[in-house]
Amino acid sequence: MPISINHQPYDLPDDPRVSLLDFIRHDAGQSGTKKGCDHGQCGACTVLVNGVRINSCLSLAVMHDGDEVTTIEGLGTIDQPSALQKAFLEHDGFQCGYCTPGQICSATALIEEIRAGWPSDATGDVEQAPKLTDEEIRERMSGNLCRCGAYPNIIAAIREVAETEL
Amino acid sequence: MKPFDYQRAERLEHAGQLVADSGAMAIAGGTNLLDLMKLQVETPATLVDLGALPLDTIAEADGGLRIGALVTNTLTAADARIRGEYPLLARAILAGATQQLRNKATTGGNLCQRTRCYYFTNIDQPCNKRDPGSGCGAIKGIARLHAILGTSDQCIATYPGDMAVAMCALDATVEIAGGDGSTRSVPVRDFHLLPGDTPQRENVLEDGDIITAVLLPPPVSGQQIYRKVRERSSYAFAMCSVAAIVDQADGTITRADLAFGGLAHKPWHDPRIGELLVGAKPSLTLFDKAADLLLENAQGYGENDYKIPLARRALAAALCDATGLTA
Ligand SMILES: Cc1cc2nc3c(=O)[nH]c(=O)nc-3n(C[C@H](O)[C@H](O)[C@H](O)COP(=O)(O)OP(=O)(O)OC[C@H]3O[C@@H](n4cnc5c(N)ncnc54)[C@H](O)[C@@H]3O)c2cc1C
Ligand code: SF4
Ligand code: FES
Ligand code: FES
Repeated sequence: MPISINHQPYDLPDDPRVSLLDFIRHDAGQSGTKKGCDHGQCGACTVLVNGVRINSCLSLAVMHDGDEVTTIEGLGTIDQPSALQKAFLEHDGFQCGYCTPGQICSATALIEEIRAGWPSDATGDVEQAPKLTDEEIRERMSGNLCRCGAYPNIIAAIREVAETEL
Repeated sequence: MKPFDYQRAERLEHAGQLVADSGAMAIAGGTNLLDLMKLQVETPATLVDLGALPLDTIAEADGGLRIGALVTNTLTAADARIRGEYPLLARAILAGATQQLRNKATTGGNLCQRTRCYYFTNIDQPCNKRDPGSGCGAIKGIARLHAILGTSDQCIATYPGDMAVAMCALDATVEIAGGDGSTRSVPVRDFHLLPGDTPQRENVLEDGDIITAVLLPPPVSGQQIYRKVRERSSYAFAMCSVAAIVDQADGTITRADLAFGGLAHKPWHDPRIGELLVGAKPSLTLFDKAADLLLENAQGYGENDYKIPLARRALAAALCDATGLTA
């Protein structure tokens, strides 16, 4: 089976060394997803695989036979941005924008994770369902670094969308 | 990354045969192995992808739970049975890495994750673990995250994980399938090894061995605490962590199962600590005596000297939390 990126099928690479990140950017030519550290430390490469967020730099393309990958390009378009894309604009959730595709992919998954009731380190009593607090959002976004330090505005953007969607 | 062959194992026996080949390594979530392959610390000739094996469920077994080797850390920590009966395990997992990483990280891969020693991950530096006989860069070097217990003159690295520290306190068991079709069980407490003269060996796995599951014993009563001390409040490895299961009756401790992370080459368990605590009344003096036992043979290497008082205080804080004693 091929790998699907934003609903477009691609053949798997011949060289198994190709990371999912390099495959998305080079083989599939979708350059929205960014490479920061290439070692799982920054979150710039975050994409959704079958709806679940992962660091695409720490995965091999050949391990995603039959998977559906969604990148920032798949979440919305310039004419029809997703609610989070709009909120990042309205709240100035970035400066240089390099971390932003990863931030928005992460935030998209975060809302679903809270909806599913998954706990985090900020949840305190893990038996309870998590609440939508800033502390929860910060902890759940800790895998996405922003060197420009846009954190307060990123939190504001996510809080606004999560409050309406949850 | 060095070139390698990629194989997808369809059945467990198949995986065992493939992994037994020299130069072959198993890959599960890939979050540790691919990182090390990019650094050329690991250079497998063949990668055997375990992803298709049916080891991705959590099932009830012998009054406890059997967590498949391929269950992701996220799904383990989100499981209602784990959150209800083994909250310590959920907390320890959630205290580690990030959501993106936990979504990929697996039970088996997490147990086998390699040390974060900076000399180990830099192939231009001496390291007895990566290149036996080349020396240890960390002894007399940058040793901020290194071990104070169970070290050797060959290696002072720590086992960096959180999940296994909770499993050690819970006295869980690792289920292993041998390349020859045999199966065996090893307590988590005996799974990881001290460095000794063979720091390249971090656990009891032999060539061809595949972890199939971790078995949690039936749940026990008591408070469950995971206290992790790190350099920032999220997304950092433990400088020291304490996993504690403590129960009391009439003001006396009736159960005390403790394990420690960030202090040694393995999750650290000292049965004498439980023996000291059980039957005693919680007090700061008692907790200090427990720390005396823990740290009896502790040795700092300069930069990590701080871990000796840190471990003492983290132990007292965890026991205060667990017993309700206020300092
Ligand atoms: C930036 C960063 C921060 C992190 N922070 C933390 C932290 O705070 N706390 C923490 O605990 N961890 C942390 N981690 C580590 C993370 O938890 C591990 O990378 C992960 O658990 C490894 O699981 P995996 O399935 O991806 O393993 P893989 O990378 O697939 O494999 C790791 C090793 O295990 C072997 N292996 C895998 N499955 C099996 C099996 N079934 N049988 C036999 N051998 C097997 C592989 O051969 C390999 O040697 C962090 C990682 C990163 C990149
Ligand atoms: S502490 Fe161990 S892993 Fe680190 S350099 Fe020394 S031998 Fe290598
Ligand atoms: S590029 Fe993947 S986490 Fe930094
Ligand atoms: S906006 Fe520049 S790194 Fe986040």
